[in-house]
Amino acid sequence: MTSLPTSTEKKLGLVIDLDTCVGCHACVISCKGWNTENYGAPLSDQRPYGEEPMGTFLNRVHSYEVQAEGQSAQTVHFPKSCLHCENAPCVTVCPTGASYKRAEDGIVLVNEQDCIGCGLCAWACPYGARELDQEEGVMKKCTLCVDRIYNENLPEVDRTPACVRTCPAGARHFGDFADPDSNVSKLTAERGGMDLMPELGTAPVNKYLPPRPKDSWDDESILAPFLEPVADEAKGLLGWIDKQLSRLPGDSKEEV
Amino acid sequence: MNFKQPKINTSPPVSDEIRKTTCYMCACRCGINVHMKDGKVAYIEGNRDHPVNQGVLCAKGSAGIMQVNAPSRLKKPLKRVGPRGSGEFVEISWEEAMSTAVGWLTELHETAPHKLAFFTGRDQSQSFTSFWAQNFGTPNYAAHGGFCSVNMAAGGIYTMGGAFWEFGQPDWDHTKLFMLFGVAEDHDSNPIKMGIGKIKARGAKVIGVNPVRSGYNAVADEWVGITPGTDGLFILALVHELLKAGKIDLTYLAQYTNAPALIDPNTGLLLRDDDDKVLVIDSTTGKLTPFDQKDVRPNLAASFRKAGTSYTTVMAHMIEKYLDPQYAPEAVAERCGIPAQKIKTIAAELARVAFEEAFELDQEWTDFRGETHKTMTGRPVSMHAMRGISAHSNGFQTCRALHILQIILGTVEVPGGFRFKPPYPKPLEAHPTPHGHGRPGRALDGPHLGFPRGPEDLQIEDDGTPKRIDKAFSWEHPMSAHGMMHMVISNAYAQDPYKIDTLFMYMANMSWNSSMNSKGVMEMLSARDDDGKYRIPRIIYSDAYSSEMVAYADLILPDTTYLERHDCISLLDRPICEADGAADAIRWPVIEPDRDVRGFQSVLIELASRVGLKGFMKEDGTPKWKDYADYIVNHERKPGIGPLSGFRGENGDQTGRGDVNPNQMDAYIENGGFHVHHVPDEARYYKPWNKAYQEWAVDLGLYDAPQPYLFQLYSEPMRKFQRAAEGHGDRQPPEHLRERIRTTMDPLPIWYEPLEDGQIDTNEYPIHALTQRPMAMYHSWGSQNAWLRQLHGHNPLYLPTKLWQEHGFENGDWAKVSSAHGTITVPVEHQAALNENTVWTWNAIGKRKGAWALEDNAPETKKGFLLNHLIHELLPPKGDGLRWSNSDPITGQAAWFDLRVKIEKVDAPAEAQPAFPPIDSPVEKGPSKLAWKVGK
Amino acid sequence: MHPAPSVIIFTTFSGLGFGLLAWLGFDASPAKGWAAFWWFLIAFGFACGGLISSTFHLGHPERALKAFTQWRTSWLSREGVCAVAALFVMGLYAAALIFFDTHIPHLGWIGALLSLGTVFTTSMIYAQLETIPRWNTPLTSLLYLSYAITGGALLSGRVTIALILLLITTAVQLLWWKQGDSAFADSGSTLGTATGLGDRGEVRSMAHPHTSPNYLMREFIHVIGRKHAQKLRIISLGLMAVLPVILLLLPFTHVFALLAVLSHIAGVATSRWLFFAEAEHTVGLYYGMR
Ligand SMILES: Nc1nc2c(c(=O)[nH]1)N[C@H]1C(S)=C(S)[C@@H](COP(=O)(O)OP(=O)(O)OC[C@H]3O[C@@H](n4cnc5c(=O)[nH]c(N)nc54)[C@H](O)[C@@H]3O)O[C@H]1N2
Ligand SMILES: Nc1nc2c(c(=O)[nH]1)N[C@H]1C(S)=C(S)[C@@H](COP(=O)(O)OP(=O)(O)OC[C@H]3O[C@@H](n4cnc5c(=O)[nH]c(N)nc54)[C@H](O)[C@@H]3O)O[C@H]1N2
Ligand code: SF4
Ligand code: SF4
Ligand code: SF4
Ligand code: SF4
Ligand code: SF4
Ligand SMILES: [Mo]
Repeated sequence: MTSLPTSTEKKLGLVIDLDTCVGCHACVISCKGWNTENYGAPLSDQRPYGEEPMGTFLNRVHSYEVQAEGQSAQTVHFPKSCLHCENAPCVTVCPTGASYKRAEDGIVLVNEQDCIGCGLCAWACPYGARELDQEEGVMKKCTLCVDRIYNENLPEVDRTPACVRTCPAGARHFGDFADPDSNVSKLTAERGGMDLMPELGTAPVNKYLPPRPKDSWDDESILAPFLEPVADEAKGLLGWIDKQLSRLPGDSKEEV
Repeated sequence: MNFKQPKINTSPPVSDEIRKTTCYMCACRCGINVHMKDGKVAYIEGNRDHPVNQGVLCAKGSAGIMQVNAPSRLKKPLKRVGPRGSGEFVEISWEEAMSTAVGWLTELHETAPHKLAFFTGRDQSQSFTSFWAQNFGTPNYAAHGGFCSVNMAAGGIYTMGGAFWEFGQPDWDHTKLFMLFGVAEDHDSNPIKMGIGKIKARGAKVIGVNPVRSGYNAVADEWVGITPGTDGLFILALVHELLKAGKIDLTYLAQYTNAPALIDPNTGLLLRDDDDKVLVIDSTTGKLTPFDQKDVRPNLAASFRKAGTSYTTVMAHMIEKYLDPQYAPEAVAERCGIPAQKIKTIAAELARVAFEEAFELDQEWTDFRGETHKTMTGRPVSMHAMRGISAHSNGFQTCRALHILQIILGTVEVPGGFRFKPPYPKPLEAHPTPHGHGRPGRALDGPHLGFPRGPEDLQIEDDGTPKRIDKAFSWEHPMSAHGMMHMVISNAYAQDPYKIDTLFMYMANMSWNSSMNSKGVMEMLSARDDDGKYRIPRIIYSDAYSSEMVAYADLILPDTTYLERHDCISLLDRPICEADGAADAIRWPVIEPDRDVRGFQSVLIELASRVGLKGFMKEDGTPKWKDYADYIVNHERKPGIGPLSGFRGENGDQTGRGDVNPNQMDAYIENGGFHVHHVPDEARYYKPWNKAYQEWAVDLGLYDAPQPYLFQLYSEPMRKFQRAAEGHGDRQPPEHLRERIRTTMDPLPIWYEPLEDGQIDTNEYPIHALTQRPMAMYHSWGSQNAWLRQLHGHNPLYLPTKLWQEHGFENGDWAKVSSAHGTITVPVEHQAALNENTVWTWNAIGKRKGAWALEDNAPETKKGFLLNHLIHELLPPKGDGLRWSNSDPITGQAAWFDLRVKIEKVDAPAEAQPAFPPIDSPVEKGPSKLAWKVGK
Repeated sequence: MHPAPSVIIFTTFSGLGFGLLAWLGFDASPAKGWAAFWWFLIAFGFACGGLISSTFHLGHPERALKAFTQWRTSWLSREGVCAVAALFVMGLYAAALIFFDTHIPHLGWIGALLSLGTVFTTSMIYAQLETIPRWNTPLTSLLYLSYAITGGALLSGRVTIALILLLITTAVQLLWWKQGDSAFADSGSTLGTATGLGDRGEVRSMAHPHTSPNYLMREFIHVIGRKHAQKLRIISLGLMAVLPVILLLLPFTHVFALLAVLSHIAGVATSRWLFFAEAEHTVGLYYGMR
């Protein structure tokens, strides 16, 4: 049944730190690699060596610019995969029950055996988190690496999504949002983690940490720190140095 | 709801086996776990135990699986049958390939070794390839450092015995202010990202100095969108501010640098004693003393009079120079494109963090003078820089200026500052000088590349003509420590300084993205003399893939991919060390090649033995090594020191020095493909002056004896060249270079306008044009990778808002971009976070039709383009009949980023211009779809 | 949204087919025997043809039966169930008329309601989607139903009713367009809310994740020029309503009637093309191109 569980025991998901993501696409490719070899059908590529190569990816990194009037523009790299919404419209629209949200941890999955490839769930997802695999004809989406996070064949430290494990900048965090003490809950609270398109009421589990304020030194109204000269010409400065040095007691470090 | 969720297996087996080796999707050399299923590569992830990447992996690394299955892989040796550049080849046997090469090489070795030019590109076995070339006896060997980033390397080594790049790294754990100059990616790809992530997590500040705000600069808290080529000026303005305010680390300058050294006003050289030790005035005694004596307190402000000559300190000279109003923030602001106020704020913030947030690490250490310090003083300001400052013709001096900035703040090799990675620091004195006297049938006396100390080390004939085909270490570029690969083809074609016979290249796409003036290079490679013979008579090339360069060679020696061969990332070369440990690594064949290809190093070994190069033969005339793996384990550079430092000695229990261990390779494989030897706690900082470090380094075999040294704020080698230009000494520069050497080789860093600016009309070409490396692509290799090429299948030219609006561009528009040298027509896009006089594009995305097993209509060939067509290896002629290389006058570093252009909106052509006819592909084209899964 | 021919054919013909079935079901004095056969053949042909065409865009049509299971939550599933039920009931009803010369009015009413229900469920597949503000309105159901009923009336030869309905449908269509044109803006979703960065300034897409397009861009982003859309709207209304009205007002001939029907169908198809082509999905925001 494609109805959503009224609540889930855990709320597993990701925190993505937009202040730290350098846009390297490591998460994109490691996701592709893991999910090609694991859960369900491989993520196929059409015209891989030709014109317009187009493949299935479960995670993609956009680049945006944000510019406030009169300030310098900022670049924000923006990774996006399934947000494992609590109120996932992609699940309820599915005619076959292939799409479902797991009761135990809230992961939204597609059971590929049941999927007829109608695409409606992708239509229902506001975020573009679902892609219909052109080779296999089934819907693909981020599995939150359900075949890693509980995988007893992996060492404990590695039971984390492939994209999180690989992110060189440490901009991706995985954890249980139902637990207020989890790393993800804390980061969300401390850094003002936000929802994407909250107006749609999808209640995404994944949270985005906004970039910290930038370019404070461009704001000329703020009195910038400023160094007081000790001397304006060479002689004076050399004299000053001489004084400083002669004040130095034998082996202590000076504070200048 | 009573919906029965499907039961899924959350613990599927991940793989049959993990084989640990070293990534080579780029030169960062991370450790990888290669998951195997049914003997095939199923998945690649980072190795958590590895010192470089600690488990993380970049996009390229994860896409390695698509590289080892790429249809572009060469399959068999090839012999050219069509004209050069046509791509027409026939496959031949290895025996035929080897005997052809042996025939050509033997003749040259025995008669005229200098007629072989052996140049390598993205190679990581330079200690081996240079050993080969040395034994061959040709002076004409170098790797790609000259066009890559020699300014960075040389600027660092001449100044402080090591550079940024892969020589060192910020103290990520302690730094509070990190300033990054001109870096898009760098070789330390993953470590820099990990470091930035670390300091961001701590809430420390990042300042990004870069005309373009992307990647690392996107996450920078403060962005300094500097005008290209002006960093030197900006840095010296910071120096000016800091000096003026006395915000400098006087103790550090006095103890660890040559700031207190005394300059002889007559020669400009430093006052030394009979043992050639630099002399200082001791503040306590007021006496002239060698700098390294116990208890000496060098006086920065001293002066000394002898026989009517007044000697003053380097510090005094620096103050004199940098307090000059030409370096005031107000004076440089416009030129740099940075408001004076912002420069002052940055200076103030550097000073605040360095001095007010200073901290002590509770760690005792003893300096080289024998004094023990209870703690280590931390100055949590760190810096890093790369090609954005080095790939300009004023880059060497700019790199030096940046080191001066760090040094006056006392932030090098201190907690929270910049730290060297073993085998660095390594003073200039510990580096070789260049050698280039080739003689038939004999090996060279020493290594080709090195660091000249003065005119005496130049590689020139008595009449001043360069000894080397690339003219490195000649008066044109006296300190070209890495050679000048970008000049080889051009000079060989011009037969200047002489004619060569065989060009032997390895892993460098010289007919395309790694050359300036790519079209010209293609023409030079295929140019014929009047007699119809090729002007460069023979070209041998080793590549693993069907690159653009393949089409221009006569003989192709197909290499393996990185998962199919042995490799060695050695302490003798460019190791994988981190600041806290010396580390080296191997690659080993985790899969066997499914084609008739051979590891290139093994091929070189066979060539050497068949040609009969001495260093490769035993006394009895049989080969010393059967292949590269054998060499890696059994070669000794000096007794007890070989390519790998770990698991030495018969039992494999020695590190650094030790006898050959026949099981060393297995020990490395067992250990995950690498070996780390940690720096002891008391040796972790102050390495150039730290007794414990020096002793540790000697133990490990990095040095033969402790060699503490002073940072060279004032560079004597430069002064020696400058002095020659002033007419002193018997080796004199030619007249046309005299003035240039005199002005550019200032022993204290200066800024001068990039050379191209002086030679073109900057009103006509007002715009700076740059390239950046995409994080997910390694030069030209990524395009053959089914996954990566979807990320960057073509590249727009990004235009800042000002130019975008000025020209009325809209989405989907194209522009004609012209430099003094050429014209390209390319798609444009808008980027607001960009210096307003700068345009840029991703590097090496454009591809030639027919290469890389791509379809002819691949976006890389139709919309992708190279900026290289606009950049020439020579500056526009001055009308003096001379060829002026587009390089740093000091080091020969290719000045990629000096490029100036103009832009014009044009109708979209059918494809990016210039377009070239397709080359025949020596391999079959790839499949039309891919659903790769090796396991069931 | 990508105006896929299969969905345009599907919504156009199944709408007409079920509309016709509804009229046939409600008909108090329906034709019987062979005459009935032809009516039902057209109706079933349109309804089933449309449905079958809709399976062409499925990745796994052979699993289509699974789509009947989730009627409790999924409008697509409900549509399937409803359609089968309607076809089944109307099949019985038709069989009785054709083969047994028997009119079972109750069966007809049930079948007619199920047929309209099918059209309604179809409309809800689109109307439920908050991701596509243009569709996300009860007016979408009204639009689909009016089209179906109008088309059914026209097909079943109820000239007067058809004339009135054509005017009503025109009005509904105009209303739907008007509402739709501001729907995205009214929904409040912008690249700012999509990225959460909106309160920091103007957000602009600088680079797509990949340089080549992908499934999402192909499926959800179809940029159609405003001018072009206006022209097509006029053509659509002309074909769907104006021309049929004129033809019907002229003295009746079978040729004119046939032309009116064909014109109407072409008009409906055009409107449906626009229905998809003009619809903007929130995914487009992420690509800076809607
Ligand atoms: N416009 C512009 N041009 C630039 C630069 C720039 O910033 N802007 N940067 C310059 C710099 S710094 C550099 S270092 C150069 C780099 O330029 P190159 O050194 O030419 O780098 P690649 O394009 O990667 O070419 C290396 C060749 O090695 C081959 N190869 C890959 N793997 C193997 C292998 O395992 N074995 C063998 N035998 N061959 C292999 C590839 O197929 C390719 O043909 O580009 C330079 N060009
Ligand atoms: N992913 C990936 N990694 C690589 C490579 C690759 O091809 N791909 N190549 C490797 C190689 S060979 C090299 S040499 C290194 C090079 O690594 P980087 O030094 O990071 O090389 P570039 O991408 O050329 O970046 C140069 C940067 O300098 C900026 N810049 C240009 N001119 C100026 C200037 O005047 N001032 C300042 N402040 N900035 C300026 C440019 O905007 C750009 O961001 O990367 C290595 N790592
Ligand atoms: S791997 Fe991390 S830093 Fe790189 S794009 Fe993904 S989230 Fe950003
Ligand atoms: S992000 Fe999209 S696919 Fe994922 S749960 Fe939410 S609506 Fe469904
Ligand atoms: S595509 Fe598959 S998962 Fe998505 S709605 Fe259709 S049947 Fe369900
Ligand atoms: S959690 Fe797994 S499936 Fe989801 S984006 Fe990350 S790697 Fe891909
Ligand atoms: S940075 Fe990436 S490509 Fe380079 S070695 Fe590391 S994982 Fe491999
Ligand atoms: Mo490089």
